[in-house]
Amino acid sequence: MTDILTPAALPPETASRSLFQLAALRFRRNRAAMASCIMLVLIALFSFVGPYFISHSYDQVFPSYVSIPPSLEPRPDASSLQDVMESVASRARVELKEFAVEGQIFTATVTSDKPVDPRTTRYFDRANEFDGTQVVATEDDGRTLKLTGSVSREYFLFGTDSNGRDLMARVMLGGQISIAVGLLASLVSLSIGVLYGATSGYIGGRVDNVMMRFVEILYSLPFVFLVVVLVVFFGRSFILIFLVIGAVEWLDMARIVRGQTLTLKRREFVSAAQALGLTDWQIIRRHIIPNTIGPVVVFVTVVVPKVILLESFLSFLGLGVQAPLTSWGALIAEGANNIQSSPWLLIFPTIFFVLTLFSLNFAGDGLRDALDPKDR
Amino acid sequence: MISFVLRRLASAVPTLFIVVTISFFLMRFAPGGPFNLERPLPPQTMANLMRTYHLDQPLWSQYLTYIGNAVTGDFGPSYIYKDNTVFELIGKGLPYSLQLGGYALLLALVGGVLAGTIAALRQNSAFDFLIMSVSTVGVTVPNFVVGPVLTLIFAISLAWLPAGSWGDGSLRFLILPMIALALPQLAVFARLTRGSMIEAMHTDHIRTARAYGLPSRVVVVTHAMRAAMLPVVSYLAPAAAALLTGSAVIETIFTIPGVGRYFVLGAINRDYTLVMGTVVLIAIFVIVFNLLVDILYGLLDPRVRHD
Repeated sequence: MTDILTPAALPPETASRSLFQLAALRFRRNRAAMASCIMLVLIALFSFVGPYFISHSYDQVFPSYVSIPPSLEPRPDASSLQDVMESVASRARVELKEFAVEGQIFTATVTSDKPVDPRTTRYFDRANEFDGTQVVATEDDGRTLKLTGSVSREYFLFGTDSNGRDLMARVMLGGQISIAVGLLASLVSLSIGVLYGATSGYIGGRVDNVMMRFVEILYSLPFVFLVVVLVVFFGRSFILIFLVIGAVEWLDMARIVRGQTLTLKRREFVSAAQALGLTDWQIIRRHIIPNTIGPVVVFVTVVVPKVILLESFLSFLGLGVQAPLTSWGALIAEGANNIQSSPWLLIFPTIFFVLTLFSLNFAGDGLRDALDPKDR
Repeated sequence: MISFVLRRLASAVPTLFIVVTISFFLMRFAPGGPFNLERPLPPQTMANLMRTYHLDQPLWSQYLTYIGNAVTGDFGPSYIYKDNTVFELIGKGLPYSLQLGGYALLLALVGGVLAGTIAALRQNSAFDFLIMSVSTVGVTVPNFVVGPVLTLIFAISLAWLPAGSWGDGSLRFLILPMIALALPQLAVFARLTRGSMIEAMHTDHIRTARAYGLPSRVVVVTHAMRAAMLPVVSYLAPAAAALLTGSAVIETIFTIPGVGRYFVLGAINRDYTLVMGTVVLIAIFVIVFNLLVDILYGLLDPRVRHD
């Protein structure tokens, strides 16, 4: 007897899969969606971790490198150093006799009619190209100085903007702000929309009528313009921008959650909760809201790109975050103004912006397909 | 049907009223005013200005006055564009925005539906993939990028079309702003059409029509299209309202004297009456187009009854 029973008592070879596991499996099979997720992670890493790996900060101004095109070569290139040194020397009111560069070290001999003050070296350090200038020898009663110092080489892979700031550092900062605004504003709209929709749907009746009528009225408010008014009138702080955008993007969310709630509240577990004597608020919080999460998550992937786009619109109108802070939208608007003279100012931020929105769209589509129980 | 339209129009009145009320108080509770310039005005001048425009009265009385005047079609004088009433300003700008927006709407609708239908009929083909990629780009690239890029290519490099301005109002001047304005909406229309068309082609009545041996053109155009147009039609209302009331971005880039700029200019200058006028204008457009779409819905889908 025992011989026969033993195999039957063994657990089945394949474990059963939960709905969530199935959805995750479907999502992982969707190549476009997976690629989008990887892309999003890469862009987020670039924006948030990238600044620790580059030597320039977003507000560091390089007066010597205004509007230079992107290049893999370090700046300055050897040929231009002579010119730069001459212009520095003339600014320091000394004459340049000799100038040579070897590797990272430069040596220069300068003369003047009067004894040269050793403090002239400051003029050399002030140029972005030279650093740590020192006097090595003084000749002719101080009328000739031999100087040495290091050439500071800077990489501007994305070029610089019209103020001489490194565009790569600016794109990273812009990414941080755009992504943060996108996520925070979506969070605000999510909180308002879910609470409003769940309350309206669960309580139902006259309250539901009034609450949904209010949403309908808000739909006919020109919302994009309301955002403009609010931001103009109340100032342009970062916090306000995402609060305002979030506060106007919750209408669709409220409708979706209300629809979900209407079906959920007829389910047995809600009746059970009611029978146990839970208050309405407890039921909404513990039973209704957690069950609406699927469609809500999908909808968030629609809201985030919408919010980022709205923020860029505000930035284009000059109502975004204030300089020296920036966002992708602000960078793109700036680039669009200089499209002929310095196209890279438009190209780089646009690439990141479009890639992010593209990926969010595909990830959202993938998520919707994965969670949609219809095509199993 | 007529009673439905009348009822909808009647319910639009309280909606408009609430929209006006919300906008009015939101604006007034914000700090600053239309005459707080960088260089402060002398107190006497300020007081006179405030009295002229009734800004010195209590807020509720200003509100009542505004509502009273607005009902008779008087939206007050603009504070910034002196000697112009808001009504005149909007009246001047609206024809430009309407014409440009009308062309853009036509382009977006026809182009989007056409592209979406073809993509749906050749699902998963290279053309389908191309359409969907282009439409995703259309949704994701902001129109303040599309505008300058189009200008650079077609107006400056190729010198085929003028770079901006209304000119003599001929189509040459409108092509670039029209494309920049229509592109995002065209993309949405294409996506909507493709989705609903694919669904429609799998329904029973299409299978029946095919079984009858109808030519596929007839099947697609008269049978599938009608069912597939419902989501497209419902998106028509917000799209039309957005396009016809002008776009601040496009009108700025292409220097078009439309009505879209007024909202932003009005907001930045705290020109209360101008902002209110624009809010009312847009709200009316949204309400009217929603009504039109509901009527259209009933015509397309006999199951929708308006009674």
